[in-house]
Amino acid sequence: MRRAIRFLRGGSVVELADFAPDATLLDHLRHVDRQTGSKDGCGRGECGSCTVALGAFEDGAMAYRPVNACMTLLGSLDGKELVTIEDVSARATRPHPVQAALVGHHASQCGFCTPGMVMALFTLFHSDLTVDRRRAAAWLTGNLCRCTGYRPIIDAAVAACAAPPPRRDAFANAARRAVRQLAAIAADDDIFIGDERRFFAAPASLDSLAALAGRHHDAILLAGGSDLLAKAARDQVTLAKIIHLGRVRELGRVAETAEAMTFGAAATLESMEPAMIAIDPDLGELWRRFGAPQVRAVATLGGNIAGGDPAADLPPVLMALGATIELRQDGRLRRLPIEDFYLGSGRQDRSRGEFITEVTVPKLAGDQLFRCYKIAKRYDNDRAILVGAFRFTLERGLIAASRIAYSGLAGVPKRALVTERSLRGLSLAERGPWGPAIDMLAEDFAPLGDERASAAYRLDTAKALLLKALTEIRGAASTSTRIAQSREIVLEHLA
Amino acid sequence: MSISLKVAGHRADRAGGPEPRLIGQSCPHDDAPGHVRGATAFIDDLREPVGTVHVVPGFVEASSGRIQAIDLEAVRRAPDVIAVLTAKDVPAVNDLSLCAGDQPVLARDRILYHGQPVFTVVALSPRAARRAARLARVTLDEEVPVVTLAQAARASSEIAPSLCLHKGGNPDAAMAMAALTLEGSLTIGGPEHLYLETQTALAIPDGDGGLRVHSSTQHASHVGRVIARMLGIPEALVVCECRRAGGAFGGKQTGATQWAALAALAAHVTGRPARCRLERREDMIMSGKGHAAHVGWRVGADRGGRVLAVDVAMDMACGAAVDLSERIAEGALFHVDNAYFYPELRFLLRRLRTDCVPATAWRGTGAPHGMLVAEQLMDAVALALKLDPLDVRKRNLYRVGRDVTPYGLPLSDNIALPLIEELERTADYRARRKAIAQHNYESEILKKGIALTPVKFGAAFTDNAFNRAEVHMAIRGDGSVELKHGGAELGQGLNVKLAQVVADEFGLDLGRVVVRPASSTILPEAGPTASSMTLDLNGMAARRAAETLKKRLIDHAAAATGIDPRLIRFDKGTIVAGDHCLSFAALVDSAARARLPLAAQGSYVLPKVNWDRLRGQGRPFLYFVYGAACSEVTVDTLTGEMRLDRVDILQDCGTSLNPEIDRGQIEGGFIQGLGWLTMEEIVHDESGRILTDALASYKIPLATTVPADFHVQLFTGRPNREITLHGAKAVGEPPLMLALSVFSAVTQAIAALKPGAVPALDVPATPEAVMRAVRRLKPGVGG
Repeated sequence: MRRAIRFLRGGSVVELADFAPDATLLDHLRHVDRQTGSKDGCGRGECGSCTVALGAFEDGAMAYRPVNACMTLLGSLDGKELVTIEDVSARATRPHPVQAALVGHHASQCGFCTPGMVMALFTLFHSDLTVDRRRAAAWLTGNLCRCTGYRPIIDAAVAACAAPPPRRDAFANAARRAVRQLAAIAADDDIFIGDERRFFAAPASLDSLAALAGRHHDAILLAGGSDLLAKAARDQVTLAKIIHLGRVRELGRVAETAEAMTFGAAATLESMEPAMIAIDPDLGELWRRFGAPQVRAVATLGGNIAGGDPAADLPPVLMALGATIELRQDGRLRRLPIEDFYLGSGRQDRSRGEFITEVTVPKLAGDQLFRCYKIAKRYDNDRAILVGAFRFTLERGLIAASRIAYSGLAGVPKRALVTERSLRGLSLAERGPWGPAIDMLAEDFAPLGDERASAAYRLDTAKALLLKALTEIRGAASTSTRIAQSREIVLEHLA
Repeated sequence: MSISLKVAGHRADRAGGPEPRLIGQSCPHDDAPGHVRGATAFIDDLREPVGTVHVVPGFVEASSGRIQAIDLEAVRRAPDVIAVLTAKDVPAVNDLSLCAGDQPVLARDRILYHGQPVFTVVALSPRAARRAARLARVTLDEEVPVVTLAQAARASSEIAPSLCLHKGGNPDAAMAMAALTLEGSLTIGGPEHLYLETQTALAIPDGDGGLRVHSSTQHASHVGRVIARMLGIPEALVVCECRRAGGAFGGKQTGATQWAALAALAAHVTGRPARCRLERREDMIMSGKGHAAHVGWRVGADRGGRVLAVDVAMDMACGAAVDLSERIAEGALFHVDNAYFYPELRFLLRRLRTDCVPATAWRGTGAPHGMLVAEQLMDAVALALKLDPLDVRKRNLYRVGRDVTPYGLPLSDNIALPLIEELERTADYRARRKAIAQHNYESEILKKGIALTPVKFGAAFTDNAFNRAEVHMAIRGDGSVELKHGGAELGQGLNVKLAQVVADEFGLDLGRVVVRPASSTILPEAGPTASSMTLDLNGMAARRAAETLKKRLIDHAAAATGIDPRLIRFDKGTIVAGDHCLSFAALVDSAARARLPLAAQGSYVLPKVNWDRLRGQGRPFLYFVYGAACSEVTVDTLTGEMRLDRVDILQDCGTSLNPEIDRGQIEGGFIQGLGWLTMEEIVHDESGRILTDALASYKIPLATTVPADFHVQLFTGRPNREITLHGAKAVGEPPLMLALSVFSAVTQAIAALKPGAVPALDVPATPEAVMRAVRRLKPGVGG
């Protein structure tokens, strides 16, 4: 049991043993270290002004990810390298290529978002991606700018990252030393800081986690924290007992068999992405639109399932694909279809101290076709108004079976069982009978309105999405049915 | 003629002089090198003095009602709380307003809107203050609030007199004679400014009975005045300064005052430095927004699409105070014509009171509301007559013989037609429109639309008292020049442009000119940094100060050398007099030894403008800024989602002082307008609470919102016809209205569902709003 966290910063190892369980990195930087380059624009992980980079040694190289310092618990830094705007500015005598490009392209006006932009672009600079305008823009969906209209920032990103990866800067030049230092502080011991009433714990194994969760039913199990910490900040709530899942080895795994993918509950959205795209290209687009890079780097599958958001992106997809989840309480394991996990608004089939360990997602069979769509006020990085996911099993031009699920139409993500039945045996060739079958969605759902959309729009659009899915599997190219990132482009890109 | 900014526009040669000038050069923003290092300080980044306390305003969960009792005992007893203040603690005048007297610093006896500060907690940390604030118990006689515009209209709750603009004889008669008459209505959402830096102030007692206040404000002198009035001390004892704001967009014009006043009050009561910084959620609830509006319109036109008469009734939601609504209303009135000639016009604008946070200035100052109506009229006429909307727009442009605006000002600088025609050509409008028609014929679900819309924006404060500036300029002993002015650097590049102007006057490098923060001590009567006029005014005043100082230096050099002063000039850090050449610093040193004053005031009053609000007469603008944008969109008629395919912009900046800085304003303004028109939506519940109180629920444009195909050019070769700063034109606000082309294109795309029909689309055109418009033309999915 370790009583302190260790991380790397500015070439030195930092050890911290005394901090509040819910202390955020941003508060620590601004108020303890008194370094104010990371700006506090929203305190909820939405604006990106406090973006910093977290480095880790992975697959033989340093990998830097952007995270929002306001939604990063100080305790979660253990074993990582922290790079802030001050670190980037201090490391080299000349401005970093990203900094120089932002100045040269007139990409900073009021400047409040700028340090976060620098850090987001710092991680893009260090990624293994070749950078064009489209990719640069996608990388910046977690960084709001109200002044420039973004064009010069995108130009700066493309210019700064013009060289093919790996790109060289002071950090790349010092990578060997960083790797040695990270190896020296790497450990698979459990971390526990605080006492039995108030603690930050980061167990390293499933058994330690089960034991701790069994002892502290009132502890918050926190993975990425992008939802939980935002809620706590909003309600001025102190989180006294935090069990951080990021260090539990087994929970991060991604495994594949011929028929299915299995993801640990704390697998990040980012780590799942290639496997999900391989199941269907629509999942690539859904993944790309999930939060921002800062969120996908930390947000987890388990968090999205257990977080309880009625409009969550992933549960309808998992339902349509027929996924199952495994739960553990102390030493006991059980497995259930994901739709059975949701009992009703605010209620889940999970007892105190029980947690999700893994999710198994079947791949598509040869006779199955899949579609999913997300509707939001803003196309990228927005909470969904609704998500619809559809898996049709076809037999000689007829729909032999279907699994249809939506989020955003009820208190919990839910399958459309009545509609599924009404579609059975329907011909793809004949559009006439589609209408009455689609109308059965009104039997499955009676949505409510909120600040995102009215009840009428939700139901209307749920029907529209089913019609769109049917139109597409009947043969219409998605370039004629969707405004963005058609399936054909993704498929071509993958090939 | 236009130039592409990528290749040209970096420097322009001085007519008759060989050396490159700073004027017209794209010098980088002076703050940018610091910004990218995270080194520049916003107010929340300043190292506060030891003992600083933190101020958090407290509000109640209600929008309307009489306060019966306020129980703050639990708040006072909470850990780390130093003081809890209410209206009773205000020593003198409890009011923030410019003149109406209707905006208390802290609630008097009534709750006027949800989010109104009722008390304020002063504690050792912001967190302690926020926790304590939740313990307050306020008892109210709660009343049913007026939240929506429809409720306000039913209640006829006018907060201030209506404004009316009338032109011609009888619009009704003209309408009755017209071959085509149409009517329609739309609602316009009021936008949240969403500056990235939330409202922040730091007040520090100076030990002599006064205060130094750092405020993220567009109007430092107003903040200083309100604080002095509130504390009952002479205005001269309050120094208010704004080094920079992290964006403002009108939201910190009057909107910054309350938080500075609360910090000052806390500093005054406790004797300690006090910081007030709103969290994002507090800011989104408690700070003023742009105006929401409802518009009903009628238009009469001939068969060719020429407008004969226009009748507009607009209701604006002002919230619970008058604030700047008169200026916003005037902006809407003076821009309801946009670039078009209306022979007959009746425009009645009512300012309605709601029990919501007072609406305030927003980029464009009412012009976006007015121009939106104008463009909707053009679309409606074109669609109803099945004409190309661009032809209808061109047919209605001001032209010779049809060139007097509804407020009686003849246009003397109209360049709308050549500008539009150049964009029409470079954007390949006609061919694309043809291709789109073919696409729409073949495509069932996805419909495309294209629109090319103009902008004509009047430059000046309609409140004539603000059309002035004074600066103070000092040449220091080493030959560096210090400029103090009244404008606030909000990110728009004001300071770098002023430095360019001053350095150019003295032939100095940019780095030898230091532009000081806006401060209430230097220029007590400085107007707000608003209405796009700050550079025009302060730049001219700076030139005057420079001319005064230059004359002194030249006379001094002439006397010393015996050379004709007319032959003496400043060049590259030297003064050149015939064969003599002296470094600027040496000349300054010599002048100082000769006891010449090396500091000067420069003042400037905008000429010609003389709008008389009370009588509704006179000239409200010095000149007009023109622009046009062409946007193409694709709309999913099943879901209402929209994609912006391509945007072409051509914007008139007169002679641009700094083309890249101007381009930044053009693109930033366009994208902000795009957000307002297509995605940004403030939603209230029935009790008046704002449900969209976070960036998670109020969505502004992202990097991926920007179209990949985005062409922006300056319309060059047409300097300002009026005498302005090097022939430049205002650039802060006009480009926002370029985004109307997107709204118009969406309207066109929806209209493709049913030729001849006029879609009724509201602002913002969210997927849901688009589907409402679609549903009126086409039945729903299913049986």
